[in-house]
Amino acid sequence: MNTPLRRVGMAMMVMVLLLLGNATWVQVINADEWRKNAYNRRVLLDEYARKRGLITVADGTVIADVKETTDRLRYLRTYNAGPVYAPVTGYLSVTYGTSGMERAENDLLNGSDDRLFARRVSALITGRDPVGGNVQLTLNTKVQQTAYDQLTAKGFTGSVVAIKPDTGEILAMASTPSYDPNLLASHDVNAQAAAWKQFTAKDANDPLVNRATQALYPAGSTLKVVVAAAALADGKNKDSQYTAKGSITLPGSNTPLPNFNGTPCGPGETVSMETALAKSCNTAFGEMAGQVGANKLRRQAEKFGFNDPDLEVPLVVETSTLGPIPDEAALYQTGIGQRDVQITPLENAVVAATIANGGKRMQPYLVSKILGPDLKSIDDTEPDEVDTAMSTANAAALRDMMIQSEINTGGEGRLQNVQVASKTGTAEHGTDVTKNNPHAWYIGFAPAQKPEIAIAVIVEDGGDRGLGATGGKVAAPVGRAVMNAYLAGR
Amino acid sequence: MLSFAAGLVTLALILVELNQERSLSLRILYLGLAYLGLFACAHLAVRRWAPYADPVILPCVALLNGLGLVVIHRIDLAMEGTVFPDGSTWDPMAFKQVIWTAIGLLLFAATLKFLTDHRTLARFGYTFGLAGLVALMLPGVLPGFIAPEINGAKIWLRIGPLSIQPGEFAKILLMVFFAAFLVSKRDLFTVAGRRFLGMDLPRARDLGPLFAAWGVTVAVMVLQKDLGSSLLFFGIVLVLLYVATERAAWVVLGLGLFSGGAIVAWKLFGHVQQRVANWQDPISRYELVGGGYQISQSLFGLATGGIGGAGLGAGRPEMIPEANTDFITAVIGEELGFIGFAALLLVYMIFALRGLRSAIAVRDSFGKLLGGGLAFAVCFQVFIVVGGVTKLIPMTGITAPFLSKGGSSLLANYVLVALLLRISAAARAPQRAPKPKPQQPAIADQHTVMVERPK
Repeated sequence: MNTPLRRVGMAMMVMVLLLLGNATWVQVINADEWRKNAYNRRVLLDEYARKRGLITVADGTVIADVKETTDRLRYLRTYNAGPVYAPVTGYLSVTYGTSGMERAENDLLNGSDDRLFARRVSALITGRDPVGGNVQLTLNTKVQQTAYDQLTAKGFTGSVVAIKPDTGEILAMASTPSYDPNLLASHDVNAQAAAWKQFTAKDANDPLVNRATQALYPAGSTLKVVVAAAALADGKNKDSQYTAKGSITLPGSNTPLPNFNGTPCGPGETVSMETALAKSCNTAFGEMAGQVGANKLRRQAEKFGFNDPDLEVPLVVETSTLGPIPDEAALYQTGIGQRDVQITPLENAVVAATIANGGKRMQPYLVSKILGPDLKSIDDTEPDEVDTAMSTANAAALRDMMIQSEINTGGEGRLQNVQVASKTGTAEHGTDVTKNNPHAWYIGFAPAQKPEIAIAVIVEDGGDRGLGATGGKVAAPVGRAVMNAYLAGR
Repeated sequence: MLSFAAGLVTLALILVELNQERSLSLRILYLGLAYLGLFACAHLAVRRWAPYADPVILPCVALLNGLGLVVIHRIDLAMEGTVFPDGSTWDPMAFKQVIWTAIGLLLFAATLKFLTDHRTLARFGYTFGLAGLVALMLPGVLPGFIAPEINGAKIWLRIGPLSIQPGEFAKILLMVFFAAFLVSKRDLFTVAGRRFLGMDLPRARDLGPLFAAWGVTVAVMVLQKDLGSSLLFFGIVLVLLYVATERAAWVVLGLGLFSGGAIVAWKLFGHVQQRVANWQDPISRYELVGGGYQISQSLFGLATGGIGGAGLGAGRPEMIPEANTDFITAVIGEELGFIGFAALLLVYMIFALRGLRSAIAVRDSFGKLLGGGLAFAVCFQVFIVVGGVTKLIPMTGITAPFLSKGGSSLLANYVLVALLLRISAAARAPQRAPKPKPQQPAIADQHTVMVERPK
C-alpha cells in the first residue's frame, strides 16, 4: 500500500503548490488589480490614517488642517473658514471620496507622491509613519474673503475669479452657494451622510460644484472683447465703423438681432468700435463677427485659452468653447456671446488677465509651492507664458476701449482714484428669455495702466434684480469691491 | 520546537495588541505563559503515553492553533463595540476559543491514554460507521428549532447554549469505518472486472461502497447545503479506496461520479450556482445579496497585504465577513503577507506529510489506511478552504483546521492529531526483540555420552 500512499503524498504537495501558485498570483503578480479596485477601501482607509499635509494660502494662513483623534482613522481633517475656501480645497470624506485640491493634490497630501520619495524611504527605515506634504496656494485671504462676502451678502448664486495678470496666480476663487467641508470630513459616518444628503438635495442649488471651474455659462457681451481683439488683429482699429442700427436681421433668416432694449447705438448710420464696445451694441458686434469670420474668431478665442480640454490649475477646468458656428447667423450670435458660446468664470478671468498683461496669456495656477512635511520647499511654481493672444499695441487699444466701457457702465462701488478697464455682460439663457432671468457678467482689471488684478464675476439668474438685471447693476459692484480689496491692501 | 512555536505566537499577540490598542499589558505575558503551559501539558501527555510519536506534528499544531487564537482575538479587538443591524453586539470569541483549546487538548490526552493501540479501533469499525453516518445526516433531517440554518448551511445542532457541528466528528468516525471496512474486504475490491481503456474496472457489485459514499455526499449537499463537507468527504473516501486497492480506476470512476453529481447540483440548486458565479466574477456581483462581496473583500485583503503584509493588527481584515472562521486564512494573508501565507501553507504541508510518513512506516494495513486518510483529510480541507479564499476554486464554506473559530472543528481535529500521533508512535517504536530461543547449554556442561565403536 506504500506506492499509492506516496502518490497521495505527491497529490498533497501538488495541492499545496497550487495554493502557493495562486497566492503568488493574487498577492504578488496580479495584486495591483485588486488593490486598485474601486471597491477596495483598504488603501483609502490607510491613506486617511496617515497624517495628511496642510493646505495654506499665500500669507501662510492654514485653511485645511489636521487634528489627531483617538478613533481608528487617527487624523481628522479640519477646514478653517470652510465655506469661503471650499470651492478650492474641496472635501475629504471617507464615504464620499475627495474633491477640489484634496483630490488634485491627493498623492502629495497623503504622502505617496514621488517627490516625497526620499522622505518616505527614511520614514520606512526609522519606522515612523509617512507624513503628507503641504500645499501652499496663491489665494489672497482678503480678496477671497471679499469675493465670498460680496456673493453671499445678497444671496447670489455665482462665482468670482481673480487673477494676477503678470503671473497667472489665482488670487481668489469663490463659488456660491458654498458648503462646509468639515461636515463631510467628519469621522461620524451618519453626520457625513446627513451633510451629503443636505448638499445634494434638489433645492440646495449644487453647493458642491465649484462654479469657477466646473460651470459653463453663455459668455454674453463679455465675449465682445474677444471679437474686438479678433477684429483688431484683422487690421481694424478703435475707429473702424460698424452699423449703429437698433436691430438687424440675421443673415439667411428672419430672426432679428436687437440691441439692448432695441436702442440704436448712436445718432448716425454707423458707430466706432470704441463706442460699440462701450455701449455694448449687439448689432455692431454681430456685424464685426461676420466680417472677421468664424475661423479667425475661433483662432483668437483659442489664443485666449478656449478649447483647452487639458487645463488644470490643478483643479480640472471645464473646456470653454465658441460652439460649432454652422452658419452666418450663428456667427453673428456668437459675436455677442450667445448661441453656443460656453465659458467658465475662470476662463473669462483669463481673458481679462491676458488683455491686462499686454496680450500675453499666463497659465493660471493655484499652487504656488509644494512643501515637504518639514516645511522645506520641494517645488515652486514658475509663471508660465503659454501664448501671445494680442500684440501689445492691440492690447493697449482694447484696454482703452474697456476703460470707456467702465465709464459707461452703471452700478455702484466705483473705485476712487483707480482707473478700471472692464466689460459687462448680460447673458440670456434658457428657452424663454422673457421668463428666465439673465446671468450678470463683469470682467475687468485695475489699475488700467498697470494692472495688478484681473477679475471675472458671474451672478446667476439676475441675482437680486430679476429680469431687469444687467452685468453693470448686479455683477459690477461685486467685481469692483474685490479689486478694491486687493488694491487697498497692497 | 514547542517553545519556539509558543514564542512565535506570543510575539504575534504582542504585535496585535500594539497595533490595535497601542498599549501593552501584563495580560499578554499571562496569556503567553498559559498557552505555553497548555501545550507543555500536551507534550508531556505525548511523552508519557506515546513516547515514540512523531516530534514535529504537535509543534505544528501548536503553532497553527496559537496563530488562530491570535487572529480571533485580533478580530475581536477590531469588532469591539460593533452593533449589528438587529441590535445585538459583537460577542468576543477569543476566550471561548481558549476554553475550547483546553478541552480539545484534554480530549487529545485522553485519546492517547485510552487508545494504546490504534488497531483497537478497527474492531469497532461498523459501530463507528453507523455513528458517523447518523452524525453526518442528523442536522440535515432534524427540524429547524434544533438544527437551525445558519448562513445558508444546515450543519449545526443547537443544544442549549452550545451549538455543535456533528459533521466534523463524522469525518473521523467514517474514516475509521472505511479504513476498517476496506482492510477486511480488501481482497474483494482488487478482483478485476472488465478491462476498459487500459484500466481494470472493478466489478459492478463491488461498486457498492463507492455509490453509497456518493449518495451520502449528494445528500449532504442537498439537505445541508454544505458543499465543502461533501467535497471533503467524497475526496477522503476516494483516497481510501485508492490506497486500499492500488487501482487508479477507482479514482477515475469516483471523479467522474463527482463531476456528474456536481453538474447536476449546479443545474438544480440556486446556492450552488451562486457560489460558482461568485467565483467566476466576484466584482460584478459585488453589490448583490449573497454575491461576491465576501470573496472580493478577501482578495482585496490578500492583494493589499502583498508580499510583506500589512503587519499583524495593522490591516483591515474585519472588513471580510466571517473573518474568524472560514476566511481566517485571508486575514493571515493580509496581515502577514504572501510570506506569512506561504509559511502557513508549508506548516500545514509539513504536518500532513509527517502524518503520511507515519502511515507509510506503520506496519499494519489498517494503520496505513487510517493514517493516510487522516493526513490527506487535513491537507484536502486546507486546499478546499484556502482555494476558496484565494479564488482558486469556488468558495464552499469549511473551516481551516486548528485556525478557525469553532469548538467542534477544534475538538475533532485534536482527536485526529491524537490518532495520527498514535499511528506514528506505532510506526516509530523499535521492533520488539524476537523471543530469545532457549539457549543451548555450553558444551562443557553436556553429559558425556558413550559412543560405541562400530564393529
